[in-house]
Amino acid sequence: MPHYWIPNSPNEVKKEMLKVIGVSDVLELFKDIPKELILNRELRIGFGKSLSEYEALRITESILSKNRVFKNPPPFVGGTVCPHYVPAIVREIVSRAEFYTAYTPYQAEISQGLLQALFEYQSLMAELYGVDVVNASMYDGSTAAAEAVRMALRITRKRKILVPKLMDPQYLEVIKTWVYGLNVRIDFFNLDLKNGKVDVDSLMSKLSDKDVACVYIENPSYYGFLIKNVKEVSDIVHDYKSLMIVNADPISLGIFEAPGKYGADIVVGEGQPLGLGLNYGGPYLGILGTKIDMKFLRQLPGRLIGATKTIDGSETAFTMILQTREQHIRRERATSNITTNTALSAIAAAVYVSLLGSRGLRELSEVILYRTMYALRRLSSVEGVKAPLFGGIYFKKIPFKLVRGDLSELNRYLLEKGIHGGKDISKYVNEPKSCLICVTEVHTESDIDLFIEHLKGYLCKG
Amino acid sequence: MWRQAKWDEPLVFELTKARRETFKVISEFSDEAKEFIKDILNALPKNLIRKEPPRIPDLSEIEVVRHFTRLSQMAYGIDVGPVPLGSCTMKYNPKISEALCRDSRITDIHPDQDEETVQGVLEIIYLMQKWLAEITGMDLCTLNVPAGAAGELAGALMIRKYHELKGEARDEMLIPDSAHGTNPASAAMAGFKVIKIKTDEKGNVDLEAIKAVLSDRTAGIMLTNPNTLGLFEENILEVAKVLHDNDSLLYYDGANLNGILGIARPGDMGFDIVHLNLHKTFAAPHGGGGPGAGAVCAKGKLVNLLPKPIVRKKGSKYILDYDIKYSIGLIRAYYGHVIPTIKSFIYIIMLGPKGLREVSEISTLNTNYFIKLIEGTKGITLPYDPARPRKHEVVISVERLAKETGVNAEDIAKALLDRGLYAPTIYFPLIVHEALMIEFTETETKEMIETYARVLKEIVIEAYRDPKKVKETPRNTSVRRIDNVRANLPKYVTPTYKFIERVKKD
Repeated sequence: MPHYWIPNSPNEVKKEMLKVIGVSDVLELFKDIPKELILNRELRIGFGKSLSEYEALRITESILSKNRVFKNPPPFVGGTVCPHYVPAIVREIVSRAEFYTAYTPYQAEISQGLLQALFEYQSLMAELYGVDVVNASMYDGSTAAAEAVRMALRITRKRKILVPKLMDPQYLEVIKTWVYGLNVRIDFFNLDLKNGKVDVDSLMSKLSDKDVACVYIENPSYYGFLIKNVKEVSDIVHDYKSLMIVNADPISLGIFEAPGKYGADIVVGEGQPLGLGLNYGGPYLGILGTKIDMKFLRQLPGRLIGATKTIDGSETAFTMILQTREQHIRRERATSNITTNTALSAIAAAVYVSLLGSRGLRELSEVILYRTMYALRRLSSVEGVKAPLFGGIYFKKIPFKLVRGDLSELNRYLLEKGIHGGKDISKYVNEPKSCLICVTEVHTESDIDLFIEHLKGYLCKG
Repeated sequence: MWRQAKWDEPLVFELTKARRETFKVISEFSDEAKEFIKDILNALPKNLIRKEPPRIPDLSEIEVVRHFTRLSQMAYGIDVGPVPLGSCTMKYNPKISEALCRDSRITDIHPDQDEETVQGVLEIIYLMQKWLAEITGMDLCTLNVPAGAAGELAGALMIRKYHELKGEARDEMLIPDSAHGTNPASAAMAGFKVIKIKTDEKGNVDLEAIKAVLSDRTAGIMLTNPNTLGLFEENILEVAKVLHDNDSLLYYDGANLNGILGIARPGDMGFDIVHLNLHKTFAAPHGGGGPGAGAVCAKGKLVNLLPKPIVRKKGSKYILDYDIKYSIGLIRAYYGHVIPTIKSFIYIIMLGPKGLREVSEISTLNTNYFIKLIEGTKGITLPYDPARPRKHEVVISVERLAKETGVNAEDIAKALLDRGLYAPTIYFPLIVHEALMIEFTETETKEMIETYARVLKEIVIEAYRDPKKVKETPRNTSVRRIDNVRANLPKYVTPTYKFIERVKKD
């Protein structure tokens, strides 16, 4: 069947080509496939026929109309990601077909713009996280965390991984999956939830067998509170010759200390806040960085872009470097199997960060911190609510608990009012009727007021 | 004559020394709020507060736009010209998919939203799960893996768990010497020892070599079919039988599906687990390296080991099912790469059953047409049974040319760039010396294939006449040939701007 996406599909073109090849029918080119394997019916896919662009648009639009977009106010649901504003410029740049229809820049001379953009991404992220090197991207924050753990296992050749008892539940699951098959153990240390700290005694007791490859910390934590004693923790971790992995939200680093500066050996992050949108979970951007020490660099997963010169020495140029770590060369001894990554998201993040600049990033972090504080102040004054659930300083996310009423009933009530409420975290925090909300730059004070008003409305109703 | 754009574009850090007023996400921020922030920050432990601002330039909007637009002009994608990278399936990315995926009903949907409010996107994922299972001849697919390699890791872990559940510790994975590098890397990540299987003289995986290494330690085999030589594995049914008789599983790497789409299905060949690359076969863009999207499919009991979650239909509602009996767990947070998945959905509905089959027929036609056009070119050979038709791709060797002129596969690649044509995959598969691996897909025109063949032949003629001239290419790209040796020497390694002085060192 001829199709306008397949230029050689009209019969007359086909015939000319077949004549040159010296066969009469295309199917002769498939004669080496055992007969019993040839599918002698049509695939049962799509809507049974070829749709025109307009028809496809109508159908897809009608399916998408079953999604509900929360814009006014934006969703308050907290989780691994939160809504953030995507500047128009970011979308414009990543819609440049030279970027989005390109392949991995294996041929560097013809891909300098793409390589330079990715080099700038690596450099900008390294600045933000306070490290020497950030790779050209992983799939998302969760796989970046898993790869960081695997990297630490290779560097130290130790067999244990320590993670906090309270962490992003999805990230924990992902890490578990990615180390399944290795002979390693995941163990947990306590957080001092009253004070927003790592429980140092608990950590030290878990470190004492000296077989710990790495200690993984989220700062701010998945539940929104900052870890106040990170420097002390990193000193302890290093005393035990373990590595410290810190997962930090890039949007918090305008005001909060860069993890590289307080001792993180490997940093990871979810780049979604940097102009990527919510996208129902993906694609996002996995940030992974470390020190320039060759012991670390040799174990780095994923692609890395470097600056160098042309052979004639006349110009600076960019190319993929240290590829002998990668699967296409090192095969079963590669540091990772990753090849396709999230390069276009990395370019989006580079545009976003360049657009805001160090000044804009700081202001944005301040706005989010302020909004979080504002929401917290309002929430904690609501009778029937315990907010926040834990002590400490909060950024972007707030866990709270209903003292009376019912959480799913509240969320249904809010939905009717056009508000998407918090994520049920009861089973993770072991407290019934607990949820996690997020507050970012897109939640205005009046949005927050509206949320509080309806929360009160629900509680009064009961 | 073709010339690529060449902007002498500084790094973003060096655009200006000035500090501009930068983009504002929010203007509403009172002095009172600023005071409040100060108080909070003062109350925080000092070591939590950033002492030095990141060295990120403060630029105006037009500087940023112009900078990245100029960079884009020094990049090369499918919309610029052919990118016939073998095994990468660089086909045209329909614009309607791009337009639709900017829709707020996709980009502004939070992954933790109530299921009732995301029925549309769940429906698309559900339909894709079903259609991909039909296309591959498998029972169930999930789209919760972010790329092909992540799908391979999932598959390898499923194979590991399958044997563990039976109480067996099988630790060997068979992988042909022609396999994609991701296969051995994925197997190793899942804790397997990789056993390399050689390719026979006809270009098939060597059945006798498989039989020779098969034991109660053999967990499975990872194959791609058509293989990386572009050849259909003729003995696949026997391979499957030999493996299954040993209770070993067959894993299918879907990177090469474009050659048999709608004609033959891995499920019918005896494969137990399959991964697909939506950014290859199903026209989602490659994004300059990613994001792509993956799928993992399984047959029979193995569906209970698939990664979580799976979208199911319960009555008229779509739900996310995390309750999968023996699931290997989460490969990535949330549900995979939803945007490319929707792009592939649009691709499939617009082609329909007949169109999808046309894809493999024409991509195969294109490959064999190209082979005819370059047949007999001095210095070029077609290793492994030249009489057999290739499918989605062809691997040629310029070993003879290299011996006779010194012009090798890399030089040919650079000379192609110099004429405005992206190079094929080079030096892969490893079993072919001086390999050029070429895949036009179904979306290149007959004329473009003819141009590519003509230019390749012209380069070969040039190589015999004046090899130095070929070795001096490219001249017309943004920069001339790059010093990759220097780039990788530890003292010169420059992965970020922080170390940019190293570039200037002698």
